[in-house]
Amino acid sequence: MTKAFKILAFQASTMVAGILLMSVVADMARAVPAPPGAAVSIGNFTFKAPVVTVKAGTTVTWTNGDDIPHTVVSKDGAFKSRVLDTGDRFSFTFAKPGQFGYFCSLHPHMTGTIIVKA
Amino acid sequence: MHHNVEEDRRDFLKCMAWAGTGALFAVAGGVPSSIGLDAAIAAPYRPHAKAASFTFLQLSDSHIGFNKAPNADARATFREAVAKVKTLRVQPDFIIHTGDVSQLSRDDEFDDADQILKETGLPVFFVPGEHDMLDPDGGKAFRDRFGRGTLGAGWYSFDHKGVHFVALVNVADLKPGGMGNLGAEQLQWLAADLAGRPASTPIVVFAHIPLWTVYAEWGWGTDDAAAALKLLARFGSVTVLNGHIHQITRKVEGHIAFHTARSTAFPQPAPGTAPSPGPLKVPPEQLHSMLGITDAFFVRGSDRIALIDSTLAV
Repeated sequence: MTKAFKILAFQASTMVAGILLMSVVADMARAVPAPPGAAVSIGNFTFKAPVVTVKAGTTVTWTNGDDIPHTVVSKDGAFKSRVLDTGDRFSFTFAKPGQFGYFCSLHPHMTGTIIVKA
Repeated sequence: MHHNVEEDRRDFLKCMAWAGTGALFAVAGGVPSSIGLDAAIAAPYRPHAKAASFTFLQLSDSHIGFNKAPNADARATFREAVAKVKTLRVQPDFIIHTGDVSQLSRDDEFDDADQILKETGLPVFFVPGEHDMLDPDGGKAFRDRFGRGTLGAGWYSFDHKGVHFVALVNVADLKPGGMGNLGAEQLQWLAADLAGRPASTPIVVFAHIPLWTVYAEWGWGTDDAAAALKLLARFGSVTVLNGHIHQITRKVEGHIAFHTARSTAFPQPAPGTAPSPGPLKVPPEQLHSMLGITDAFFVRGSDRIALIDSTLAV
């Protein structure tokens, strides 16, 4: 084998490996379509995305962007944050399907819903 | 000797009006009238002979711990408010604090508020705001410090020189989608507390969130207030003092006069004038003119309580 051929062969095999790897990643992405997490920002005394639909197993993170503290409290007691001051976050992983209404216990006119699908 | 109460009262209000800025709110004949005037500070001290006449003072929304625009130090402005109380020529018999003593219900916040208030040497009667309910036990830290001997979430009543004072809590156990809430247990207690009192007893009710709907979109009201107001309707003189909305609003309905006080920490926007009820970020030179205290004057026989709001700007 000439040196030039060796280099060419190496390049080709690398390319093939690369393409294979890419397709594997794509398959993996198809196999696990749920995003690793979902975010709800709090601002102007509202949950900016009042209704969020996620797959079971998703972790939802709320971040308070207001100058005033808020809380994230589920209506049925499934989850309850501590008080979130400016910039504080609260996360909860929704393991099971269902509809989870929640509100801010300081400002109860602030409400939201997480819909969890199987 | 016959003593003309009305003349005395007019005289009294005139003497209050003598000097300046601020706003006097006198409930007369069901219609509140506002006169431009200064705080009681500048007025000459004229003791009123009637033993039963007295003043008390309302402080609200001190938010100790708040440190963002437009007020980097809510402790400092609370100290200024307390210093202002100390300079009043007619010292109030006591102070009521209508809630949001703290920003986050932290021990150091409650402690600082307590220490600052002690400088007045006056008794202080509290009700919690929603910011005072943020400890893990939902208000126990507040009650342990400021609400010893109170009932339920912190309600109670007391009498002072013939006036019946009722402290209500409308920030506990709030319902999703709702506003302030008194709850069945407290309403039941209120009915029993008022039962048997003559309709001529002047009543002062104080609670954090307004007991009438100022602005539902921002939750500025109390869902079951109507039940409480129904119990109060038979009394000839009822004054309802609230905080929460960090600005003065007034309303008179029958014999009931409603009033909200300024905060000592930061102003909030007028209903619907901003995207949210968050702090109004006024320039530093404007801040003190939007913070303040409320002085309440009770003159025996007039069955009316005059409320004087003054700012920290002077």
